[in-house]
Amino acid sequence: MRPYTFAQARSVREALRGAGSDTAFLAGGTTLVDLMKLEVMTPERVVDINRLPLDGITLDRKGLHIGALERMSDVAADPAVRENYPMVAQALELSASAQLRNMASIGGNLLQRTRCGYFRDVSTPCNKREPGSGCSALEGVNRGHAVLGTSDDCIASHPSDLAVPLVALSTVVHLASARGTRSVPLDTFYTLPGSTPDVENVLRPNELITGITVPRSPWAAHSLYVKVRDRQSYEFALTSAAVALEVRGRTITNARVAAGGVGTRPWRLTAVERALTGRPATSATFEAAVVRAADGAQPREHNAFKPALLRRTLVRALTELQESR
Amino acid sequence: MNPDNDAGHGRSGVSRRNFLGGGLVAAAVTPLLNATAEAEAAEAASATADGVAQVLVRAAVNGAPVTVLVDPRATLLDTLREKLDLKGTKKGCDRGQCGACTVHVDGRRVLSCLTLAASTTGHEVTTIEGLADGDRLHPMQQAFVEHDGLQCGFCTPGQIMSAVAMVDDEGPARSDDEIRERMSGNICRCSAYPRIVDAIRDAQKVMR
Ligand SMILES: Cc1cc2nc3c(=O)[nH]c(=O)nc-3n(C[C@H](O)[C@H](O)[C@H](O)COP(=O)(O)OP(=O)(O)OC[C@H]3O[C@@H](n4cnc5c(N)ncnc54)[C@H](O)[C@@H]3O)c2cc1C
Ligand code: SF4
Ligand code: FES
Ligand code: FES
Repeated sequence: MRPYTFAQARSVREALRGAGSDTAFLAGGTTLVDLMKLEVMTPERVVDINRLPLDGITLDRKGLHIGALERMSDVAADPAVRENYPMVAQALELSASAQLRNMASIGGNLLQRTRCGYFRDVSTPCNKREPGSGCSALEGVNRGHAVLGTSDDCIASHPSDLAVPLVALSTVVHLASARGTRSVPLDTFYTLPGSTPDVENVLRPNELITGITVPRSPWAAHSLYVKVRDRQSYEFALTSAAVALEVRGRTITNARVAAGGVGTRPWRLTAVERALTGRPATSATFEAAVVRAADGAQPREHNAFKPALLRRTLVRALTELQESR
Repeated sequence: MNPDNDAGHGRSGVSRRNFLGGGLVAAAVTPLLNATAEAEAAEAASATADGVAQVLVRAAVNGAPVTVLVDPRATLLDTLREKLDLKGTKKGCDRGQCGACTVHVDGRRVLSCLTLAASTTGHEVTTIEGLADGDRLHPMQQAFVEHDGLQCGFCTPGQIMSAVAMVDDEGPARSDDEIRERMSGNICRCSAYPRIVDAIRDAQKVMR
């Protein structure tokens, strides 16, 4: 690990004082400490933000508000989350391990870095880690990589499970910097790799995530997260699906659908949502709606199974959700 | 958002505020510093190792107050093993992927290999050495012995620490499948899983 100075901040203002591109905020540390050991992340200053008052899980007319420092395990166990946004709780419970969920924060989760093996290995070229050095994954081991939103410079998949239901639900991220506060929809918070895969989101170096708001969405109470992976637990997604359906009588009146494991960012599938809305909640509808879910996919040697697996994951999620009514 | 900084993460009944209270469990061999030594330590904090200031950590380890000067890069795992001579906590992957380094912080199971020692000030750390009550093994330790829940034993301290918090902090598992899922963060290279599950199933009856 490279040397850095360490400080504990007690307020948002204190944390932001002097923060710049050489600074890393320490929340749970499950991404940061890991990547500092690998020297993939080499901050000169580490500011521990765990004493900041960025906690709290509250539900009100506007929706669900979660502080950036709430831990994955606490959010997953929260009764308001479980009842009103089950797919959020499920995505969290299907992430990592109990120990990691006790440590990892919601803000850190949204900022976790890709698990691309080349990104994590400083001895190999990687445009995300070292802009301009090349992408080892294009012709390398790319089984876990993305098929949607990729570029010639990077095909890394976004690893967060939580972010998948959150984009489906039009979640808003709250940010604070010395200049003030702003709120950004999670969907536009993440950027596509394009020719600058080192840039992953619109967060500025001197900016903190203070929390998120998941808008009130009554249909989210009828939602499900399905994760497909190489082993049953403690593993990242090959594909995943977050689905929420509002069904009146037999007709789908509202649908929210997003996918994980397939995109360079959490991938909202608005075309699938449109294809479901106004139709009967039947398997024929589900099958037809997902036909074009992976349109535009650019599979590589080892992940060519992903478009088909994505469609099946979506159908399974929709079917299981409908059967659970 | 709750402005009460102290509300913290000790959701398991062990609050940060009272970690120094209550009966101290057999004190581990730790470099407890007296007042003068503390002053020296504070002085040393301004000195540098690798060009950076060291950090003075005050925490409780297995019930005993500990004050120790650490490199900002030091993990809790290395600090326990190298500085506090508590070698029961094992280093498997050092990357958060195996669970061998599991300890409790404020009663919750966490990975000491991804925890910076510098961030543990004010917290209560419990390691496998702090589990037994004198010569009386913790029911989970006893169950691992009785069920032979190990082969090489390298993963065992982590398995036991993880299992104790699974039951005490999160609530007993209702089925073997649930034990397997909730213990999935602890890998056993020897694949002693069937007996680990047996041990946990039995121990949680006694622990209730
Ligand atoms: C073995 C393993 C398995 C895993 N499996 C899964 C999985 O299956 N699914 C999944 O979704 N995730 C998984 N993870 C990833 C894990 O969920 C993330 O590492 C975790 O959520 C990151 O949160 P943290 O609080 O520990 O972040 P940290 O490591 O503290 O921070 C991560 C990054 O975000 C920055 N940061 C943190 N908080 C803020 C803030 N409030 N404002 C601004 N910047 C901030 C930090 O500076 C750092 O750059 C796994 C991790 C490991 C090690
Ligand atoms: S896929 Fe992205 S992260 Fe992986 S090697 Fe290529 S540039 Fe780096
Ligand atoms: S040593 Fe910490 S998880 Fe493997
Ligand atoms: S007993 Fe050998 S690793 Fe588990």
